[in-house]
Amino acid sequence: MAESVGRNHPRSEWLARAMVWSAAALVTVTFCCILGNILWQGLSHISWTFLTAPPRNAGREGGIGPILVSTGLILGVCLSVSLPIGIGAAVLLSEFTADDSVFGGLTRRSLDVLSGVPSIVFGLFGNAFFSKTLGLGFSILSGGLTLACMVLPILIRATEEGFRAVPQDYRLSAAALGLSRTTTLFHLLLPAAVPGLLVGLVLGVGRAIAETAALIFTSGYVDRMPASLMDSGRALSIHIFDLSMNVSGGDANAYASALVLVAALLMINSASDWAMDHWLQRRIVFA
Amino acid sequence: MKDLVKFRPWLPLEDRDACCVPSEFITSGKLSLQYGETSAFKDVSLAINKGCITAVVGPSGCGKTSFLLCLNRLIDLVPNARVSGTLTINRQDILSPATDLIRLRRQVGMIFQKPNPFPLSIRRNIEFPLHEHGVKDREQRAHILESTLREVGLFEEVKDRLDAPALSLSGGQQQRLCIARAIALAPEVLLFDEPCSALDPISSGVVEDLIAEMRGRYTVVIVTHNLAQARRIADYVAIFWTQDGAGKLIESGTAAAVFESPTHALTAAYIGGARG
Repeated sequence: MAESVGRNHPRSEWLARAMVWSAAALVTVTFCCILGNILWQGLSHISWTFLTAPPRNAGREGGIGPILVSTGLILGVCLSVSLPIGIGAAVLLSEFTADDSVFGGLTRRSLDVLSGVPSIVFGLFGNAFFSKTLGLGFSILSGGLTLACMVLPILIRATEEGFRAVPQDYRLSAAALGLSRTTTLFHLLLPAAVPGLLVGLVLGVGRAIAETAALIFTSGYVDRMPASLMDSGRALSIHIFDLSMNVSGGDANAYASALVLVAALLMINSASDWAMDHWLQRRIVFA
Repeated sequence: MKDLVKFRPWLPLEDRDACCVPSEFITSGKLSLQYGETSAFKDVSLAINKGCITAVVGPSGCGKTSFLLCLNRLIDLVPNARVSGTLTINRQDILSPATDLIRLRRQVGMIFQKPNPFPLSIRRNIEFPLHEHGVKDREQRAHILESTLREVGLFEEVKDRLDAPALSLSGGQQQRLCIARAIALAPEVLLFDEPCSALDPISSGVVEDLIAEMRGRYTVVIVTHNLAQARRIADYVAIFWTQDGAGKLIESGTAAAVFESPTHALTAAYIGGARG
């Protein structure tokens, strides 16, 4: 008996190990292939002029200056709307709603459903509501607001988890010291929940900056430099889509734009890591 | 008065000086607490004297901590908790809905079983609650910081690293910081919920001595599982026991009376068991 265990055990362990390693290898290799392909095809076209110049000849030549500006503005509108609403909703759900309340349960359920809704549906909703009903037309504002709707479920749930991860001890000891709920919230809970907020932010921004379907119907694809938030503006992902699908001979610039997009995503990720390590550690310290 | 409060923990019970002139400060009358359908404790009538140390002892789950949580109305944070009966502190009805909870909790400080300093610096742990309670003068806060840290014997240990994170301190130091944080608000009553049970024996001894030294200055109510500790520091003892599914107060009186000549059979067995 002991012998058979001795013989079987390493074999099954070896198998488990092989499966885990090959799964990890598969993911890494796929990512490296995609990144390598984009780098190979796009890197030679990247230059300062490419990043700042307007596109010419339907994007085959020239750069992506106005497109970067539009993307930044759409993202800015999205975040300035979704951050306050997101934090507020997360605070309500985690601090002011009983765990077993019907309201909390319903809200959480709808948020989970919403975060799984395909972006094209958000696009159609944005087009119907922001562009037509509210009369914002094809504009950066419509696009940003639509993205905010899309990002909110992710942001709220991640921030709520951040609040829930704060030990109950802090709430009890703060209450025992006669601190008000508002003081406790702003001075103790919010700083302690920032890691969760950052996770939600990175996931949300990642989804927003890569979004195509929701923006085609709302912010449109005019590739001129936007003069205001009411102008139509082409986001980076739409530019890539347009160059590779509709413009023959646009592949080189499509790859270069994709490279910029991936670089932007990586930068956002590292920035949040850096914020977590430096700024946060200085302000609030967990042993 | 100051002379009267001088106390050495190792004195035998009968030789101990009276801690004060007994005068009721906290009075509970038929106090009961229910969590939903289950009863935590029932009909607890207990008078707690000013300036004395009252130990609440008894087996687990007999409502000791729940009783403590009523004294600063922290019980309000527990969903479905329902308190009935009367409870007064300094003749003020603290169960009334009109009670100013912020003032009550400033008057009645609490120290928990597990040290729970905020994830801030040592300095901010004490100064932040002070600031929120209206001590806006920076120098005054610094003064209170130093005097309270001295009072808990922590100042010499941390004076060079007041801005270091409080969570970098050892468990015993963290607990003393929590005591300093509570007394910085100048409370009249201090509640201790098994303050030594999460600490190593040496830190536990330091914290225990600290509590013993509070006699005469604060009204102390301490929940403890450690009968020897209750014997060492308490002036009065209240024994809780679970009867018919609810916590009950089965005996209370001076430490000497309860430990030397218990009147209740359960108390005698409990103390006897601890003695044996």
